Amino acid sequence: MAGVEDRSHDMGLHNEQLSGRKMQTFFSPDDSENCTYPWAEDVDFNKRTEIDMQDMEPTEANIKIRELMAEGYGSIVVKNPGSRHSIGVGILNKLNITYEGSLGYFGCGLIDGPNVRIKGRVGWSCAENMMAGTVVVEKNAGSTFGAAIRGGDLVCKGSVGSRTGIDQKGGTILVGGDTGALTGFMMQRGRMVFCGNAGKNLGDSMYDGTIFVGGEIQSLGVDAVPGELTDMDKAWLTRKLGLYDMLPEKGVDHFTKIVAGRQLWNYDNLEPHEKKIVL
Amino acid sequence: MCGIAGVIHRGKTSDIGSEMTSMLQSLKHRGPDSTGFAVYGNPLENNNEFVMRFKVAEQEDLSRGSNIRAIIQERRAAVNVRMAEHNARVLTEVDATEYAYRYTFSFDGDDTALEKMTRYIEELDGAEILSMGRGLELIKDLGDATVVAEQYGLKGFQGTHALGHTRMATESDVDIRSAHPYWAYPYNDISVVHNGQITNYWIMRRQMEFKGHRFLSNCDSELLAVYTADKLNDGYTLEDSLRQSIEEIDGVFTYVVATKDCLGMAKDTMAAKPMVLFESDDLVVLASEEGAIRAMIPHEIDTYDPYDEEVRVWQA
Repeated sequence: MAGVEDRSHDMGLHNEQLSGRKMQTFFSPDDSENCTYPWAEDVDFNKRTEIDMQDMEPTEANIKIRELMAEGYGSIVVKNPGSRHSIGVGILNKLNITYEGSLGYFGCGLIDGPNVRIKGRVGWSCAENMMAGTVVVEKNAGSTFGAAIRGGDLVCKGSVGSRTGIDQKGGTILVGGDTGALTGFMMQRGRMVFCGNAGKNLGDSMYDGTIFVGGEIQSLGVDAVPGELTDMDKAWLTRKLGLYDMLPEKGVDHFTKIVAGRQLWNYDNLEPHEKKIVL
Repeated sequence: MCGIAGVIHRGKTSDIGSEMTSMLQSLKHRGPDSTGFAVYGNPLENNNEFVMRFKVAEQEDLSRGSNIRAIIQERRAAVNVRMAEHNARVLTEVDATEYAYRYTFSFDGDDTALEKMTRYIEELDGAEILSMGRGLELIKDLGDATVVAEQYGLKGFQGTHALGHTRMATESDVDIRSAHPYWAYPYNDISVVHNGQITNYWIMRRQMEFKGHRFLSNCDSELLAVYTADKLNDGYTLEDSLRQSIEEIDGVFTYVVATKDCLGMAKDTMAAKPMVLFESDDLVVLASEEGAIRAMIPHEIDTYDPYDEEVRVWQA
């Protein structure tokens, strides 16, 4: 623990005034209690059960999932989700959950920890604000896939809609197919990988983070620029895509790397005529 | 918000009335104010025969005044007189509701003469022709899909294609006139449903009015029907018209348009309004949400979201 604290001081993470904050918690893999919420259920992955949503409202299903976690079930299969909205949201627990079908809007939003597999497709805003865990979608996804995610792996084996990873603050988005316009708009951290093509205005106004595209890019957005694809990038891409059986046959050498040009970082300090020069 | 949906069967007919009802009912949460259907039945055999849907009052008018029903009958009689004055021969009359009707009639004049007659009819207080054509029948009223479908007897309606709309009123009134779908002259059998906002509506409307087109509402969606009619009348294909609309019409929009034998869709440059699409060899279904497609096809299928500036057209 002390080593971690020293290192965070060395990195200058304690210079800011944390008014009103009484306790600082430092992450350590040795302290497993710091990796879960105090109220998280102690589930057993070998304890399995099923829910049939055919005649259930999404709210009922979400409550049922919580009840099953409280009973210690660590592996849940949800049948007949029927593309309904807001299914599986707000799960802040370790859990293996499989949806045998498609989800509507906001599926798996605000989750922190579970491993989710969706055998169908998902509508708009899948895994919005996800903090940790994995979500794997077997088919296509709608727009704003992974909006504002902060952590975890969000995977779509098909194609995704527009504005993928808008406002992404961390984590990884992996897409086997194409993505639409304004992908990575105002991205702040994390990585996105698209094995297919990307639409217009890729990475528009991104602050930071990295976007990898295996296919063609229709156009780059403001302040998004090509970066150098390093050996470390290739190793990471190979490992990460391989993890989900998405590694293209021809490897990853052809991928294009897109990063922030950082020309907008001091935007507010510029006079109007200077802003025009920057843009 | 609004919900839009479309279905087209390729090479066969189906109970499109029930199909569209179940789809629109599942989109009810996107717009509870009114529901509209454009259904395309088997086209009338004779070229001089037409099917016309019209109303002479709004639903809410029924609760106004003790003699409203007598007034409605007077208006309907006046419609019949005006049709007769233009040598239109009514073949069948069906009372869809107390204030809305379905007529088939024969008319030997050209399109200009037909348009002249319809404008004459619409000069009557409360009268509005909801649709006219050889295949198109347009039904719209206040209430959800099951209410409107039952009211107008849509269950079992056989046809090749249909589109529909559930409306959340944002820019105009909650009444039949402001409900989708819209149709337009001079090109018969066009219908349009739209989800979004058109920001250069008034500029475009003035351009269209300058060319002689009629607008019956202040709803921006009507522009898309008039625009499509204008383009097709100028010789554009439906696909070209849809592509051109993305260039000329500003705003965020996704819309579905149907003609007597085609169904098409277009999405604007921002792709900010949703659309989910299922396509097979003999069936195409599209809707604002996949849940609507599931209402028609419950088993697992492959669907996708069309991208920005995407245009698609399918033939029946």
